This record gives sequence, C-alpha cells and structure tokens, in this order.
Amino acid sequence: MSTDITTTPHSEEAVYVYQAPVRLWHWVNASSILVLGITGYLIGSPPPSVGGEASASFLFGWIRYLHFAAAYILIAGFLFRVYWAFVGNSHARQIFLPPVWRGSFWKELFHEVAWYAMIAKQPLKYSGHNPLATLTMHLMFVWGIVFMMVTGLALYGEGAGMGSWQYDFFSSWVIPLFGQSQDVHTWHHLGLWLIVSFVIVHVYAAVREDIMSRQSIMSSMFSGWRTFRDGKPGDDIH
Amino acid sequence: MTETFYEVMRRQGITRRSFLKFCSLTAASLGLGPTFAPQIAHAMETKPRIPVLWLHGLECTCCSESFIRSAHPLAKDVILSMISLDYDDTIMAAAGHQAEAIIDETIEKYDGNYILACEGNPPLNQEGMSCIIAGKPYLEQLKHAADHCKAIISWGSCASWGCVQAARPNPTQATPIHKVPGLAPKPIIKVPGCPPIAEVMTAVITYILTFERFPELDRQGRPKMFYSQRIHDKCYRRPHFDAGQFVEAFDDEGARKGYCLYKMGCKGPTTYNACSTVRWNGGLSFPIQSGHPCFGCSEDGFWDKGSFYDRLTDIHGFGIEADADKIGGTAAAVVGVAAAAHAGLSAVKRARQKGGES
Repeated sequence: MSTDITTTPHSEEAVYVYQAPVRLWHWVNASSILVLGITGYLIGSPPPSVGGEASASFLFGWIRYLHFAAAYILIAGFLFRVYWAFVGNSHARQIFLPPVWRGSFWKELFHEVAWYAMIAKQPLKYSGHNPLATLTMHLMFVWGIVFMMVTGLALYGEGAGMGSWQYDFFSSWVIPLFGQSQDVHTWHHLGLWLIVSFVIVHVYAAVREDIMSRQSIMSSMFSGWRTFRDGKPGDDIH
Repeated sequence: MTETFYEVMRRQGITRRSFLKFCSLTAASLGLGPTFAPQIAHAMETKPRIPVLWLHGLECTCCSESFIRSAHPLAKDVILSMISLDYDDTIMAAAGHQAEAIIDETIEKYDGNYILACEGNPPLNQEGMSCIIAGKPYLEQLKHAADHCKAIISWGSCASWGCVQAARPNPTQATPIHKVPGLAPKPIIKVPGCPPIAEVMTAVITYILTFERFPELDRQGRPKMFYSQRIHDKCYRRPHFDAGQFVEAFDDEGARKGYCLYKMGCKGPTTYNACSTVRWNGGLSFPIQSGHPCFGCSEDGFWDKGSFYDRLTDIHGFGIEADADKIGGTAAAVVGVAAAAHAGLSAVKRARQKGGES
C-alpha cells in the first residue's frame, strides 16, 4: 500500500503594496500616538503629587515635553505622508481619497459589512485596503489626526504666546472658533478617545483579517508585500 | 468748553510735581516707556475731559465696586480729573428724573463724542422687560446711547460674554453688548472679568483718553496689554506645576506648602487675564495666592463648564452631564467590548467551519 500525498500546486502571487517610506511612517506614527496618548491622558489627569524641592523634580515638565516632542514627530511624519501620497504608488493615496463617488465602492463596502456581520461567507480580495477599512481610516484616522494636530497646535500656541507661529496660525482662530481655551482642551481630550477607539478597531481588524481574510495583513506592514491565500482574481477598484 | 484734566487737577490742589508723578506712573502701568510720560502730561494739559456715560444693565455692580478700588491711578483721579463721568447711577449724586435727564443732555451735547461704558447686558426676551431703567427697557436706553456714542467699553464678563445671567438655560436671553441685534456698529473694547481688575479698568480709560484711540486689541476685542497671556503663564506657582507638585485636597500638606492648584480644577491654564501680574487690591493678592484655584471668570461662558473644581469640564448635549473622560472612556470601552465579542464570535464561526470541512 503506498501512501499518495498530493498537494494541489498553486502559484502564490505577491504584490508590493506598502513602500518602505509608508511602512517607516506607519511605525513612527504608531509610536508617536502611543506616547501622545499616554502623556496626553496624564496631562489631563496628572500622576500623584511628588514631594521635595520644586527645583529637584521636573516630572510634569517631562510629561509635557514628551507630549510636545512626540507631537512634532507625528506632525512632521504626517506632512511627509501627505507628500508621499503624491509621489508614492497608488496604494499610498488610498486612505486620503476614498472613491466615495463610485457605486462599486459602496457596494463592496456593504459586502465587507456583511462579512463582518458574519452574513457573507467570504470577503472580497484586495491588494490594498478594503472599502470599509479605507473609509474608517479616512474618517477616524486622517481627519482625527488632522483635528488633533490643529487643536494641539492651538493649545501649544497659547503657551508659546502671541507672535509665535503656533499662535498666529492656529490659536488665533481655533480658540475663538470653539468658544474659549477650555473648550479646545475638552475637544482635544475627546479626540484622544477617538484615536483610542480607532486603535482598538484598527488592531483588531488587522489581526482578524490576517487570520480570516484572503490576504496577508500584519506581515505586509513589515515587509511591504501582500500575499494571497488563493489564486482567484482580486476585487480591487482601480 | 470742558476743563482740561490738568486744570481740574490743579483746581483740586494737586501740585505740578504730583501731576507729573502721576503721568509717569500711568505710563509705567500701561507698559509704556519713560518717554511717554511727557506725552501723557501734554495730553492732560491740553485735552478736554472725555464725557463718559456709564450705563447699568443686568449686572451685580461688582465692576463698579472693583473700579472704585483702583490704586494706580486712584479711581477718584480718574473720575474727577481724567474723565467727565456724566452719568453713573450707582455713584452719582442725582437721582430719578434729574439723573435720567443727564443722559439726554450728554447725548445732545456731545453727540458722537462720548464714550459709552456698559456694565451688564440687556435681556432680549419679553421685549427686554427683565431689565427696566426709568420705566423703559434697558435695551432701548442702550441702543439710543449707542447710536450717538463714539465707542463702547464692555465692562466685565456680563457686557463682554453674558456671564451668570446668560448661563444655561438663560431664560431672559441676556445678551452681551456686541451681540445685541440692531446695535449701532461702534468700536467695542471688551474688558472681561467678574469683575475686571481695577487697575486694568482705569488703565484702559487712561489709554483711550491719552491717545484718543483704543489700545491694541486681540481677535476677541480684548486689550492685548492685559489679556494676551494666561494666568498660568505668569503664575508664581508654575514651578510646582512643572515639578509635578499638586494640591490634592484643600487641607493637605501640598496646600500648606503652596503647591500648584491644577488638580483642584484651576482654570489658570485656560484663562486670559492679568491677575497673576497686576493682582488685586493694590497688588496685595489674587485667588491662587490665597490658595484657591482660578475659576476663569474672564472667560466666555465660564458658568456653563461644570464644576469650578474640576479640570475636565462638562459637555452638554448627551442628555446627561458628562466630561470628556466619561464620554470618551465609555465610547472606547464599548468599542473594546464589541471587538472582543466579535473576536469570540469569529472564532466560534471559524471553528464550526473547520469542523465541517474535516
């Protein structure tokens, strides 16, 4: 009796999706958000009071310094990322420009929702982001971060004072727009929780997609390559 | 013609030496260089006093109370020597019809040349019936006086932002001066605070009469010289803030040591005013110095931001009173629980599918 092990030969196509600058930005950005989230929360609810001479410690000063330093890194990264959306590959533009004007985008988005509602048996296959991911990243991340950058710079400008570029370009109009400084603080604080919610959704969806969908997710953000589990044609809108 | 300031001062027995001292002190309090002292002296020697109508709407008179306590310059110098305070029902001798006649007289005599100082604001509901002056709604008096004035000073948080009478739900629809519909489009300077600092009030008047124009204003119409920095920026307890030394309770060790009041809800970091530099009662103290957090009385809508003793302020419109941490934390928790539940369901579904395949 001979054991016959047969495997269906299949060639696995791999697509280079995330260019090196996008991947580097992703992780720098993620680290900045982690630092900003923790220090930001502590600025709102400071750690227990320290004793001793005031000159002997600079605890809150350091928390704020880390917040500002991480914020500038995030801003510089975001500006670079916007630049890369222009010069990079088509995937680099995806989260900035969801094709909401296309009927197929909404049809496929609905299919993705059905997939998450466990109604659809199988998700569609994409080399880039699926429509639901595109829209979530566009609304919660892109606009969320823009909101945090603008309100954050406005709050920073208050300390930097009149005449600083942060004050002139941001505080001078953002603060009257919201009413007063306290309101900007409150909205910036709400923004923290928006970003936290996004991070939960983002990480969960990435892990789930990596396990259950038809393409690689997690490793792609390290290597840049998207690999697929089946040889069927993709459903990307291009 | 109205007497000049100098003539009035001399008539009161003030020596020229004292007069010049006053001019240099005023220059210093306005943040001007020593070269401006002669300019102020010249203005006072040659210019007639500015007629001022000081009208009172919905207010508590704390602005007047503050004003009469000004030390540099003394309020009596301002009232008796610098301006011609033609009408202020709180401190004038005349009363009744005599007092009200002065308003019409001033408007007629100095049409387009007097300053309208507003303390308090008009209510708009019930055609302004919630504030009646001499049998007529204050709203009418205000509009009439504004039509003929040169400029308007909005004294205090009432006139500038609305203050307590405009706090939610604002039943009388008390409205700050610059938002009163149909008011003549005159330049408005806001001097917010509940009350504003006495020296800030007198300095604003001194500036206006010396230079015959408003001092430089910020976008919200407040004089930059007093409202360009936050209490926090010049707070003498700031080193404790940076060190992370906070008062945790009003009776703790930190409170006795004079630590930062941030955790007690101090609004210093969000309040634009000069309290931490000019201070109160002739530079004696200010709230934070006496151990109480600033509650941001010079900021728009400070009554509606929740507790005075909490940094996280109330957000309305969710049916319940909640702060950013309650709303955001709840939202994040819901998202987290939903993700976990979804993950569990996904795992079950996948296990069933795999089971079916084998």
